[in-house]
Amino acid sequence: MDLIVDGVIQAFHLLVSGDPEVIQITLLSLKISGAATLISTCIGVLAGTVIALIRFPGRSVIVTLVNTGMGLPPVVVGLFVTILIWRSGPLGSIGLLYTPAGMVIAQTIIAAPIITGITLSAMQHLPGRLRLQILALGATRRQMVWLLMKEARLPLLTGVMAGFGGVISEIGASMMVGGNIKGYTRVLTTATVMETGKGNFAIAIALGVILLILALAVNFILTAIQQRK
Amino acid sequence: MYRKIVLMLFVLACAACLYPAAAGQKDIIFATTTSTQDTGLLDELIPVFEKKTGFRVKTIAVGSGQAMAMGERGEADLILAHSPEAEEQFMKRGFGVNRRIVMHNDFVILGPKRDAAKIRGLRSSPAALRKIASSHSLFISRGDNSGTHAKEQKLWKLAGITAEREKWYQQTGQGMGQTLFVANEKLGYTLCDRATYLALKRNIDLTLLVEGDASLMNIYHVIEINPKKFPRVNEAGGRAFADFWVSPETQKMIEEFGIKKYGAILFHPDAVK
Repeated sequence: MDLIVDGVIQAFHLLVSGDPEVIQITLLSLKISGAATLISTCIGVLAGTVIALIRFPGRSVIVTLVNTGMGLPPVVVGLFVTILIWRSGPLGSIGLLYTPAGMVIAQTIIAAPIITGITLSAMQHLPGRLRLQILALGATRRQMVWLLMKEARLPLLTGVMAGFGGVISEIGASMMVGGNIKGYTRVLTTATVMETGKGNFAIAIALGVILLILALAVNFILTAIQQRK
Repeated sequence: MYRKIVLMLFVLACAACLYPAAAGQKDIIFATTTSTQDTGLLDELIPVFEKKTGFRVKTIAVGSGQAMAMGERGEADLILAHSPEAEEQFMKRGFGVNRRIVMHNDFVILGPKRDAAKIRGLRSSPAALRKIASSHSLFISRGDNSGTHAKEQKLWKLAGITAEREKWYQQTGQGMGQTLFVANEKLGYTLCDRATYLALKRNIDLTLLVEGDASLMNIYHVIEINPKKFPRVNEAGGRAFADFWVSPETQKMIEEFGIKKYGAILFHPDAVK
């Protein structure tokens, strides 16, 4: 019990005192997961909308794949991305392994299906007649899609939150693709594992608390946008 | 609207590229044993090297076995390992060049204070393992192909016991620090390098039961990865960092490292005699 209290106290101490390493790790986590979420949002919202609105052969297979992808295990993603980008891999010449860019790619692969899946179900749950109504009022197809997206913005933001939550808390892919390199690819989750291994439980708890605060803050902002009247 | 999305994607792609991706030959990928990271030795040495040379060291802390596996694929530029027999194989197969001794310490056998197997103070580690086996006391193994795991398997062999399938023998598959905590929680015996033990002593209740046996010697070598075999290897960087490890100044820092932080020498330098 002392340990937890100690850890929480130390977390606030580290935050308030502005420990440069902790701040750097925190900002890096935000940057990497933020970038991955942004890219995933573009891909996911677009793909989800297309799959929801257009009927094409093989669509049910795609939907099944997207739904499966929502539960993609980060370690598996990490493994495949690592094999693709290591020096002897097919994309080895770009030199992406153990870089933040590599981590963004891996996290995008994790978050994109989540956002696609939630977008897909959100768009499908809009009343079918809404489309006809919008079109009947003389809207172009583009305007129609835009209006539908606006109509579904609440669940779409839920998708973004789920995507961000999935990648900021993810460790398997970050560890494998990033390598937990000090000052370069060390993020909150990988640092927590390492500090636990070093026996620095208080710092590990502190990092955990920061991770929680971060997730809370981001979701607070997104929820505020979502629930805005 | 589509144009907007395309534009946004483009901007994002640019942002992603802004991350320093392929800094090229400035980066050294350094695959090392967990003990050097868990004790904090690397945090002490690497900044000095980076400041001096301008290289950036990307440390991947794994077991010696995995470090060598990375070397076999040319995924690392330099490895620091403590698994002499596997290292010799590695050299023989031509993956590494210029294997040099850096430092040593020793392994110790740790166990719960109650010491149900009664191994405290034994002079021979195989004898201690035999007693652990005959009393069916829980033994926690790294099980990760690391240098410590290789040493442990060798000791079991010396003791003439196949422990692998026994119920009292459990493998964590994790680093030394994590494995110590598992042994600590489950009140098991385990083999540990002295540096990690000293660094984590304050966090565990396990006590040192067996030490000082010649078979418990633990030697660390640096091996540069053969650039002839893997053209993408950062040859200059690997060489520079290997030279750094065996330089007199670094060796002095290695010797002083433990005293400052834990009141004992964690790694004894061996490169300069």
